[in-house]
Amino acid sequence: MGLFILRRFGVMLLTALCLTFIVFFLTNLYPNLEKLAKTQGNQRMSDEQVQTWLDNRGYSDPLLTKYGRWLGVMPGFTNTLNDGQFVGTCVRPGLTPEETPRFCGIVQGDWGYSTRFKADVDEIIWKRLGNTLYLMMWVMILMVPSALIVGVLAGMREGSRTDRSLSTFSILSTATPEYVSGVIFIAVFTSSTVGLKWFKGTATQAMEQPTFENFFLPVLTIALYGMGYIARMTRASMTEVMTAQYIRTARLKGVSFPNIVLKHALRNALIAPFTVIMLQFPWLLNGVVIVESLFNYKGFGWVLVEAAGNNDIQLLLAVSVVSVFVVLITQLISDIGYVYLNPRIRIS
Amino acid sequence: MEPLGTFEIIIRVLYQLSSVWIALLLLFALSIAFKRRLGLYGKLFDSPIGMIGFALVMFWVFVGIFGAMDMIITHDPLSQVSGMKNKVPGTPLAGAAEGDYAWYLLGGDNLARDVFSRVIKGAWIVVQIAPLATLFAFMVGITLGLPAGYYGGRLDTFLSFLANLILAFPVILLFYLLVTPEIVATGLPTMMAIVLFMFPIVFLCVLLNSRYRTQPAFRTPLLIGVLGFALWLYLALISENGYLVRSIPGLPSVLDPFDIPGGILVVFVSVVFVNSPTVFRIVRGLAMDIKTRDYVAAAQTRGEGPWYIMLWEILPNARGPLIVDFCLRIGYTTILLGTLGFFGLGLPPESPDWGSTINEGRKLLSIYLHPALPPALALLSLVLGLNLLADGLREESLKD
Repeated sequence: MGLFILRRFGVMLLTALCLTFIVFFLTNLYPNLEKLAKTQGNQRMSDEQVQTWLDNRGYSDPLLTKYGRWLGVMPGFTNTLNDGQFVGTCVRPGLTPEETPRFCGIVQGDWGYSTRFKADVDEIIWKRLGNTLYLMMWVMILMVPSALIVGVLAGMREGSRTDRSLSTFSILSTATPEYVSGVIFIAVFTSSTVGLKWFKGTATQAMEQPTFENFFLPVLTIALYGMGYIARMTRASMTEVMTAQYIRTARLKGVSFPNIVLKHALRNALIAPFTVIMLQFPWLLNGVVIVESLFNYKGFGWVLVEAAGNNDIQLLLAVSVVSVFVVLITQLISDIGYVYLNPRIRIS
Repeated sequence: MEPLGTFEIIIRVLYQLSSVWIALLLLFALSIAFKRRLGLYGKLFDSPIGMIGFALVMFWVFVGIFGAMDMIITHDPLSQVSGMKNKVPGTPLAGAAEGDYAWYLLGGDNLARDVFSRVIKGAWIVVQIAPLATLFAFMVGITLGLPAGYYGGRLDTFLSFLANLILAFPVILLFYLLVTPEIVATGLPTMMAIVLFMFPIVFLCVLLNSRYRTQPAFRTPLLIGVLGFALWLYLALISENGYLVRSIPGLPSVLDPFDIPGGILVVFVSVVFVNSPTVFRIVRGLAMDIKTRDYVAAAQTRGEGPWYIMLWEILPNARGPLIVDFCLRIGYTTILLGTLGFFGLGLPPESPDWGSTINEGRKLLSIYLHPALPPALALLSLVLGLNLLADGLREESLKD
C-alpha cells in the first residue's frame, strides 16, 4: 500500500510537471507575450517596442530557461533599464536590488508575481481559493446527501413509479449544464419584472456575508448538475445489490423492507458512488468557473478567467498547478478509499 | 399592427416549424412501419423513453437542416432593426416593408435582432459540429485505444499516461489556453487539426486493409479510391488559400471547395481533443475485456493479423456500449460548445450559436428574460433528448 501511494505521488509529480510545461509553452507563444506586453506597457506599442519590452524583461529567453526560472532551478532574470528601473523575475515592489533573491521559483516556495493584480500569486490564490472552498463545501453538503437519497429511493424498487420519476429527474439534471440552469433560476427566482423575487441574482455580497438569499442559487446551480450523475450511479449500484442472494435470504427470513434497505443493502450499495463522488470534484471545478462568472462571485474560477484573459503567466501556472493537484489527489483518495470500503480488492 | 398574444405566438411558431413536423411525422411513420427490419434502430421504437429522446433529437436535427435552408427563419439572424431592441415576444416589426414577416415572434435581443431566427440558426451550428466532432473523437479514441488494450505493456502505459494528462486538465483552463485569437494566430490549432484529422484516414485504411488483405485484386483499387477521396477531403479541410500552415504549401485553391474559418476550426479541434481521451479509456477497457474471449483466441489460432482481430472481432463486439456512449457524448459536446460560447471563446461574437446567445442575454437577465431563455431551453431539450435516446438504446441493447 505504501509503495502504491508513493508510486502514485511520483506519477502525480510527473503529470504536474508535464502539464505546467504545456501551460508554460502555450502562455509563452509570441502572440500571447505580445498581448502581455501591450496590456502591461501600452496598447499602441510598435512591434520593435514590444520586442524591446520583452527582451528587457527576459521574456525572449529560451523556453526551457524560463521554465527553469519558474521552477527555481535557474537563477532569476534581472536587468536594469535605461531609466534606472530595476526589473526581473524575482523583483518585487519594496525590495531593493540587493535584497532581491537570486533564485525564486516553486522550489523556493515563491509562486511568482501576478501582472494582472500586482500582488503575490500565492496571496491571491489562497484568498480566492478560500471563497471557492466555502462554495464547494455548501455544494457538497447539498449535493451528496440529496443525490444519495434520490439514488437509493429509485434503486430500491426497480421499475416502480418512484423509480421512473426519480430517474427522469436525474436525467433532466444531468442534461442541464450550469449556464442553462443558472439562467433559468435567475429568470424564475430573481427577475425584477416577472419572477418570484425570492433570491438575489448576484452573489457579490456573499463573499463578505453569505446569506441564504444571496448564496443559495449558486450552490443549487452547481449541485444540480452533478447530482443527477451521482444519483444514477447510486441507483445502478443499488439495483444490483437488491438482486443479490443475501438480500433474498434476508427477505425470506422475514426481515422488514426498511431494515433490508438500511442495514443490508445500503452499505454495499454506497461503495460505487463513493468513487463517483470523489471523481466529481474536477467537474465541479468547471461548474465553479461558470457559476462564479454568472453570479459574479470572486473565487478561484474568477481568478482563472482573469488570469487567462490577461495572459498572466505565473498566476495561470499556479491556477493550473492547484487544479491539477485537486484532480490527482481526488483520484488518489478515491482509489485508496475504494480499497478500504471494498475488502475484496487488494492492491499488490 | 397589434402585438401578438401568447396563444397566437405559440400558433405562429408551430406554423413556422411546419416543415419540421412533416419531416418528423414521415420519419416516425416509416420507422414504425418497418421497425422489425431495422435492427437496433427499429428496436428503439419499442421503448417509449427512447422514442421521446429520438423525437427530441430529430426535431433539432430537422430544425437545423431546414433552418440552414432558410425555410423556418422569419428574419435575418444578424440584421438589426431599429426600434426592436429588447422588445418583448410578439412585438410587431417596426417599419416593416412589404414581404417582411410582420412580428418578432420571440422578441428582439439587446442588439435588436430576432431571437426566434437566431435560435433556429444556432441549431444548425450545433447539429453540424457536435456529431462530427464526436465522430472524430471516436476515431482517435478507437485507433489508439484498441492497440493499447490489445497489446498492453509499454504502449498501453505510455498512451494511458498521455490520456490521463489531458484528463487532468480542467476543461475550461484548456479552452482558455487553446481557444484564443492569439493561439489561432500561431497556427497551433491547424497543426493539431493536421494530427487529429489524420486518425480517421489511418482508421479507414487499416480497417479496409486488414479485411481485404488476402484479396489484393480487390483491395488495391478500393484502398486507392477510398484513400484518395479521404486525403482530398483531409487536405481541403485543413488547407486555406493553398497553404497548410503559413509556409507549408497545401492543396491548391482550385481543388479546395471549402474553407473552415479559423475560429470554427479551433473550436472543433479543441472539442475533439478534450473528448478523445475519455473515448480512449472506454475503448481500451472494452478491448482488454473482450480480448480474453474464445472467438478472439479462435481468430488468433486461425492466424489472423492483430489489426484484423482488433477491428473486425473486438470492435463489432464492443459496439453496444460504444453506441450508447456516442449519444451521451454528443450531448456532452453540445454542452461544451455552449460553454465555449458562454465564455465568448472561439466563435465570432455575433454568431447565433446558443452558448453565445445565452451569454449575451444573461447580461440583462433581471430585466429582459426573453433573449436568454429560448436558447437555454433549446440546449436543454437537445441534451435531454440525447440522454433519453442513450437510455433507450442501452435498455434495448441489453435485451438481446
